[in-house]
Amino acid sequence: MTMATFMQQLTNGISLGSLYALIAIGYTMVYGILRLINFAHGDIVMMAAYFAFFGIAVFHIPWYITFLAVVLLTALLGIVVERTAYRTLRDAPRTSILISAIGVSFLLENLATYLFSGIPKAFPEFKFMTTPFSVGGVLIQPLVVVVPVVTILLLFVLLFIINKTRLGMAMRAVSKDYETARLMGIEINGVISATFGIGSGLAAVGALMWGMKYSSIQPLMGVMPGLKCFIAAVIGGIGNIKGAVLGGFILGLAEILLVAFLPSLTGYRDAIAFIILIIILLFRPMGILGEKQTDKV
Amino acid sequence: MSILKTENVVMQFGGVVAVDSLNIEVNEGEIVALIGPNGAGKTTAFNCITGVYIPTSGRVLFEDQNITGKSPDKITKLGIARTFQNIRLFKDLTVMENVLIAKHLHVNYNFLSATLRLPKALYGERQMKNECEELLERLGLTAVKNEISSSLPYGMQRHLEIARALATNPKLLLLDEPAAGMNPHETDELTAFIKTVKDDYHLTVFMIEHHMDLVMEISDRIYVLDFGQTIAKGTPDEIQNNDRVIQAYLGVQEDA
Repeated sequence: MTMATFMQQLTNGISLGSLYALIAIGYTMVYGILRLINFAHGDIVMMAAYFAFFGIAVFHIPWYITFLAVVLLTALLGIVVERTAYRTLRDAPRTSILISAIGVSFLLENLATYLFSGIPKAFPEFKFMTTPFSVGGVLIQPLVVVVPVVTILLLFVLLFIINKTRLGMAMRAVSKDYETARLMGIEINGVISATFGIGSGLAAVGALMWGMKYSSIQPLMGVMPGLKCFIAAVIGGIGNIKGAVLGGFILGLAEILLVAFLPSLTGYRDAIAFIILIIILLFRPMGILGEKQTDKV
Repeated sequence: MSILKTENVVMQFGGVVAVDSLNIEVNEGEIVALIGPNGAGKTTAFNCITGVYIPTSGRVLFEDQNITGKSPDKITKLGIARTFQNIRLFKDLTVMENVLIAKHLHVNYNFLSATLRLPKALYGERQMKNECEELLERLGLTAVKNEISSSLPYGMQRHLEIARALATNPKLLLLDEPAAGMNPHETDELTAFIKTVKDDYHLTVFMIEHHMDLVMEISDRIYVLDFGQTIAKGTPDEIQNNDRVIQAYLGVQEDA
C-alpha cells in the first residue's frame, strides 16, 4: 500500500469517525442525565435525513434554510419523544423506560416505512461537497474534510455550553444527583428537554452529512449507525462526552482501516465494532474515559 | 406568625406508616428542633415538607400557602432550603460551582442571552459570582473555592452544604443532622455558626439533630417523634423533663 492510499483511507476513517462521534454524543448525554439508553436515537437520525430530503428534493427549499430547519425540527422531535415516551415513565423501573425507548424506535421505523415507503430515496446531491480535489496525489472530497471540522467545532460549542453556562452547570448537577439538583431549585424537566434537544440536533447534523456521504436514505438506515454509535459511546465511557467522540473516532478508523488493510475481511466491517466492544468490556468495562461507578446510597 | 405548618401529614410506604398525623408549626424567626430515635420518621417528615415525597394525606403550608404535592424545585423557589443527613454535595464539582448551581435560579436572564454573552447576562453572571464569593467568605470557604468539593475535610463539607442551601435565598432552612459525625468542639462551633447564620440571613431554622447539647442550647421549641408519632412538644426545659421523652429517647443521663 502506498503512502497516498494510506492517507486516503486515514482521512476516510477520520471522516466516518466524526459522523459516529456526532451521533454518539446524543447517546452519552441522555445516558448521563437519565441513565437511559435511548434506543430511538438512531431512528431520529433517519428522520432527520428524511426531513432534509423533503425540504430540498420535494419542497425545493434552499439547502441552507433546509439544514437549519432540519436541525431545529429534529431537536423538537427529540424533545417530543422524551415528553411522550419517557417523561411519563420517569419514576417507573428503569426497564420500563428502556422498553419504551425500543418501542419508539420501532414506531419511527415503521412510521417512516408507511409514510415514505421502504424504497430507498436519493439524498439530494451537493456537487461542491462531493467533487474531489487532489492534495499531493490524494483525492479528497471536500465533505471528508468538512465532516471532522464541523464535528470538532460542534464539540467545542458543546463543551463550552456544558462547562461555562448555567444550563451546562444544571446539566452536570442533574447528572450527578437528580434529587439534590431539584432541591437546589433546578427545574429538571427543562434540563432534560434541553439535553434531548441538543443531542437530537447534533444527530441531525450527523444525518445531513451522512446523507451527503452515502446519498441514499431508507427507513432502516438509522439502525446500524445507531448501534455502532451506541457502541462508540460505551467504548469511550458512557456518560462522558469526550469519550463518545473518542469512541466514534476509534470505531470509524478501525472500520475503514480494516477494509483497507485486509480487503478479504471486508464482509466483517460491521462486526469490528462489536469485537472492539467485547474487548473493551472485558478489560475496561467502564470505557476508556469512563469513571468507575459507585452506587448511590 | 407561622411560616411552616403541617396539618395531619401522614406518609405511608406500603403498610408502614413512617409519619402519622404530623402537626408541626414553626414560627418566623424561631429555631425549632425535631428529635427522636433513629427510624422515628424525622427525615421522612423533611422529605414531605420539601416535596421529595408527596404525603399520603394531610397538608403542608408554607407562609399560609398550600405546598403539598408541589415539586421540590418549586418549593425551593418559594424559600425552603435544606441540607442532608448524608452529605449530598455535587462531588465532582468545585466548591464555587456547588454554590453557583444553587444561586442560578435567582438570576433572571435566559439561556440564549447567557450563551451569546449579552451584556445583561454578563452583568447578571458577575453579580451572581459576587454574591457567591461573599457567601463563601462569610462561611470561611474562600480559600478552598476552587477545590473539588469531595476533597474538602468533613466539617467544611458540612459548611458548604449550608452555604449551598443559603445560596437559594431561603426564608426557612431545614438542617438534617448538621452535627452528624462532629466532635464536641466542632459541634460547639456549629452551634455558634447556626445562630450567626440565622441572624445574618434573617432565617427560620427547623432542624433534625441528635446532639442534645446543641439542641437544648439553641432551640426555641422542640418536637419529639417516635415511630412516626409526635410524642411531645415544648421548650427545651419541658422536653428534658418529659417522662415519655426520657423513656423513648433521652434515656438516663449516661446515654445522652
